[in-house]
Amino acid sequence: MKKHFLIISFSISMLLSILIVSCQPNVSIETAQYAVNGQKLYITHCQNCHGAKGEGLGTLYPPLTDSTYLRQNRHQLASIVKFGMQGAIEVAGKTFDNAMPGIKELSNIEIAYILTYVTTTFGKDTKTYTQEEVQESLKGHQ
Amino acid sequence: MKSYLKFNFIALAISVFLISCSSNGNEKKLPYIGESTVNEKTVDGQTVTDTIPYAIPSFSFLNQDSVMITDKTFENKIFIANFFFTNCPSICPTMQRNLLQVYEKYKDDDRVAFLSHSIDFKYDSPAVLKSYAEKLGVTDDRWQFVMGSKKDIYGMADSYFVYTKEDETAPGGYDHQGYFMLIDKNKHIRGAYDGTLIDQIDLLLADMEVLLKEQ
Repeated sequence: MKKHFLIISFSISMLLSILIVSCQPNVSIETAQYAVNGQKLYITHCQNCHGAKGEGLGTLYPPLTDSTYLRQNRHQLASIVKFGMQGAIEVAGKTFDNAMPGIKELSNIEIAYILTYVTTTFGKDTKTYTQEEVQESLKGHQ
Repeated sequence: MKSYLKFNFIALAISVFLISCSSNGNEKKLPYIGESTVNEKTVDGQTVTDTIPYAIPSFSFLNQDSVMITDKTFENKIFIANFFFTNCPSICPTMQRNLLQVYEKYKDDDRVAFLSHSIDFKYDSPAVLKSYAEKLGVTDDRWQFVMGSKKDIYGMADSYFVYTKEDETAPGGYDHQGYFMLIDKNKHIRGAYDGTLIDQIDLLLADMEVLLKEQ
């Protein structure tokens, strides 16, 4: 009898927790806040070239929707935003070789906001791009 | 005095009625932009006035294929003119992204052409413009990218009423407006649209249809 009770209460709490989790969005509050702040900065600094949906433009400016590129180069992203980029890269199966200017006036937290927005909205990530990651990425340049 | 007022009121009501009729009843007509010239002629002893709307002056510029193109290139076509430069970090990418939509909508339609003037006379050679055009996705000569001397290009911008200026403090070194100027078959300016705003592009597309129906 006691065993039965245990099983029932266990399955009820399992059900409850599944319900609660599925009601939550799949990103944390912090990530959502970073992304909201990032969107404003993205519109100011990035949208002209990369587009409102991160679609890029022809082979002039690469799209920001290539999740594989974003994941493989995650550690470099902050440095690209701040210091720009030279030379050819391949994104979404196309080659891009226009230089990208850096935006030196951005602070670490602002870069974290922008990259959280980009990687969770255009890419398929669900994690915050943290200030620590930004710091780590910028190390090579300081 | 009272009847005079009453008369005035009736006249006002009639004219409002007429105006509202003419704007609702007829199809939309595009305005002529710029100051028109009035020529007076004497025909059979009578003075006849002839009003000629403003038209852009003739021009010749080198395009992305290093071919000299002129106003004759746009004969019997309506076209959209704008001013940009390939290294422009501010409004140009948005402007050209929007114009590309219009270009793609009128694919295979020879009645419509596009003319982008580079205001970076130092850097934007035909080879640079060619590479830019290809990367943007422009594959035929319906969209011309042209360069010229500073005097010619900036003078042309004045003729289109588009502000352009070499300015070290501006992003990329040049300051300019992002207008799309709609030009008819007789080189008259018929519309001006902010090329950075999506709802202005919808207006441009609608006006182009009006202009294409015009004789």
